[in-house]
Amino acid sequence: MTVILGQTFTGISIGAVLLLIALGLSLTFGQMNVINMAHGEFIMAGAYTTYVLQKSISGAGLSLLVALPVAFLVAGALGALLEWVLIRRLYLRPLDTLLVTWGVSLMLQQLARDLFGAPNVQTRAPDWLTGNITVLGGSDPLTFANSRLFILGLAVTAVVALSLTLRLTSLGRRIRGVVQNRDLAEVSGISTSRVDRTAFFLGSGLAGVAGVALTLVGPIGPTMGTNIIIDAFLVIVVGGIGQLKGTVIVAFALGVMQSVLEYSTTVSVAKVLVLVAIVAFLQWRPQGLYTLRTRSLV
Amino acid sequence: MTLFKGAPAAPAGKSPSVLAGRPARAWAGFAAAAVALFALAPLALSDFRLGLLAKYLCTAMVAVGICLAWGRGGLLTLGQGVFFGLGGYAMAMHLKIADAGPGNLPDFMQLYGTASELPWWWRPFGNPLVALAATVLLPMAVAAVLGSFIFRRRVKGAYFAILSQALAAAFAIWLIGQQATTGGTNGLTDIQGFFGYDLDDPVNQRMVYFVIAAVLLLLIALVRQLIHSRYGELLVAVRDSEERVRFLGYDPANVKLVAYVVAAGTAGLAGALFVPAVGIISPAMIGIVPSIEFVIGAAVGGRASLAGAVLGAIGVAWAKTALSEEFPAAWTYFQGLLFIVALAFLPGGLVSLAGIVRRRRAAATALPSGGAA
Amino acid sequence: MSQLSGLEIRGLRVSFDGFTAVDGVDLDVAPGDLRFLIGPNGAGKTTLVDAVTGLVKAQGSVLFGGAELLGRSVHRIARSGIGRTFQTATVFEGLTVLQNLDIAAGAGRGMLTMLRRRKGVPEPVARALETVGLTDLAHSPAGTLAHGQKQWLEIGMLLVQDVRLLLLDEPVAGMSHDERQATGELLEHISEERTVVVIEHDMDFMRSFARSVSVLHAGRVLSEGTVAEVQADPRVQEVYLGHAAAGDAALGSAGPTLPDEPEPSGGTASGRTGAAVQEV
Repeated sequence: MTVILGQTFTGISIGAVLLLIALGLSLTFGQMNVINMAHGEFIMAGAYTTYVLQKSISGAGLSLLVALPVAFLVAGALGALLEWVLIRRLYLRPLDTLLVTWGVSLMLQQLARDLFGAPNVQTRAPDWLTGNITVLGGSDPLTFANSRLFILGLAVTAVVALSLTLRLTSLGRRIRGVVQNRDLAEVSGISTSRVDRTAFFLGSGLAGVAGVALTLVGPIGPTMGTNIIIDAFLVIVVGGIGQLKGTVIVAFALGVMQSVLEYSTTVSVAKVLVLVAIVAFLQWRPQGLYTLRTRSLV
Repeated sequence: MTLFKGAPAAPAGKSPSVLAGRPARAWAGFAAAAVALFALAPLALSDFRLGLLAKYLCTAMVAVGICLAWGRGGLLTLGQGVFFGLGGYAMAMHLKIADAGPGNLPDFMQLYGTASELPWWWRPFGNPLVALAATVLLPMAVAAVLGSFIFRRRVKGAYFAILSQALAAAFAIWLIGQQATTGGTNGLTDIQGFFGYDLDDPVNQRMVYFVIAAVLLLLIALVRQLIHSRYGELLVAVRDSEERVRFLGYDPANVKLVAYVVAAGTAGLAGALFVPAVGIISPAMIGIVPSIEFVIGAAVGGRASLAGAVLGAIGVAWAKTALSEEFPAAWTYFQGLLFIVALAFLPGGLVSLAGIVRRRRAAATALPSGGAA
Repeated sequence: MSQLSGLEIRGLRVSFDGFTAVDGVDLDVAPGDLRFLIGPNGAGKTTLVDAVTGLVKAQGSVLFGGAELLGRSVHRIARSGIGRTFQTATVFEGLTVLQNLDIAAGAGRGMLTMLRRRKGVPEPVARALETVGLTDLAHSPAGTLAHGQKQWLEIGMLLVQDVRLLLLDEPVAGMSHDERQATGELLEHISEERTVVVIEHDMDFMRSFARSVSVLHAGRVLSEGTVAEVQADPRVQEVYLGHAAAGDAALGSAGPTLPDEPEPSGGTASGRTGAAVQEV
């Protein structure tokens, strides 16, 4: 019983990391249909921001809290820059965007290698995140790591903040307007190019926040974004585009599935099984869990 | 009877057909390639360089398939490494069994000592004919099963690209996980013989090179026929407007499936021949990064043109060796830049440059004033 | 050539997420008819065609030549002899006119034919090129054709596909007066051997060429009959009047005109696109 609960919690915390990463993608890929392979390197930028800040701010806790907004700004600025320089020229060619941003991702990785060295680096977690919370006592105790709980809280906060932004603010309304009908939004006086850039800033900023979170559970390295980004893209594919609901559900579902399968088989077999499950799922719902149905041909 | 006597004249329609191949030029190109591969390269290059060229030619084989699937069919497959790997491992497994000799286990299995006898799924590869057939048929079968699932449910575009990439990641991770039976991260290394020929002997290495060159030319001829057949025209139609093709009574899923399966077959063959040329196959050659590198060569040269894709693949592979040996960091920047420039600013690849220049020149001569260029 | 078949629709219903776009339509199109479907925007005309061709899921029954179409996949419906065009001309822009037609002609081709190169011009393709007047442009990329020519190419593709029922969605939108006239004559010619259903907003075009008319409104068939019968139907006048009045109020112009003239009004309509609301 404890084992099942423990694995489920591990799965939820994997899901929380996935969710943090996928949230940004739900804006850039889900809403704008841009596949930004450099999203993983924005995560890396967030992580290195944490690392640099910890060198200059002595308290680990303070530096972590400062890192959250700073990483958001750093990654967001990178994203907006990328949108301005390259992506806005490619909105009608999503597959080319994918490969172009892959090129950007290669260059950013090399930049990180040149700046911080090829070996991984580590940050120190603040004391209040190093311990565990004992949920069930007794001979077979069930404990949750504080850092994992922190990430979970961060993910939930990010989801709420993003969803409120999209729903309540005029920026959110403009983003949704552009997503639903670009031409109409344009003639209604919305500067679609500015909305695009802002959405990209937000989405990339969220990647930066995810990068801060990742420093709590693993090392920081130039290629840290490459593998995890694919899982996050799968979350969007399975969750369906245009709605946060699907992203949230699928992130946690894939996290728990990965964790449970890892426990009953091995890490590598679990990876393959999760992919098989995804392909099977797409047989049932090729457009993902939730979609906005339209009459358009494509 | 003609109802439209007054139909407006066509705006520019001189070229006989957009796709129609020019047989004479194609034959000339083919002959030139054959001379270069079979006469010039072996004369001009050292054994070492010729070995490298053999490796590049394997990349070019993958690019032949990518040209069909992506350039013609619009299927951006970021998982060709999987099929390359299936072909490569099928070949390497046979060669390892043959190297070990009858009754013995391959060296790495003895080293880990976990298996007392050959795993059941290794055994069929002991037979050379089965192994040879598997290098092509196994990737094609996997692509057929996977593709029929994906295409029938109309998973396409970016979704397909991401799924194919996830497949490459999962396959590499799975191989690494099965250390005792696949060699894990190391892969299958130190392959000595190739159907009875000692691979350390330079003469046999040359033979492998000639086999690779011949297979590449064969694949080019095969895929060229496909591209210029009615099927090839239909494939372009599916790429441009899948829904429209469906309303004409075709099932686009089948059209795409053929291209995907053929591309998988060429990648499998490439992987199989890569093994004797290089002597190793490992997860590092089939994961996300190499899979996407297969695409870049085709993209740089020109994804929709066979010649462009093949030359691009060879060129990029050559540049990688030349640059990354001396300036590894510079190579990575250069590679990233290649992606960006080729795809953002020259989507037709380098071969489209010739077309652009020709059109400019034609435009310049067409204007009597000759001022605009 | 092909045997004439009619279309028999019973109780057709299509809804998207709670919105009912087609709400119990009964419609009979006789073999060899040249039927026009008209109605205000949102009446469900295009959705009706989408349902018949399998693009959207629908309830009810659609019989073509006695065979049920609902529940079949898009390409199977196409193979049973039904072809359609879209509001925006969709031809394969990267291929030549000839290649476009050759592909349209080839859905039943065997594997070996597909894997071989096309040699020459197949006879049905040559005939279709002739019929739609694109013989001289056979080797031009379809992407370079003028708008009207693309529409004709689409119709030509349906001809070589040898469909027995053509469903055309606003085939003359954006065409000049001469092009409209030519298209109308083409449709009359085609309907000698096939059944044709046209969705159209252009009332002059409808009056000139329709053999029969169905008026759709809010997902239902409001009225049916000859052009004259439909024009005399007070319910049709009401629907269009209500619509026209609203439209005119917005435009601040005078009262609406009814579709009361049986003859086409000559050149006045040339160049106008989808101006049904003001016009009817």
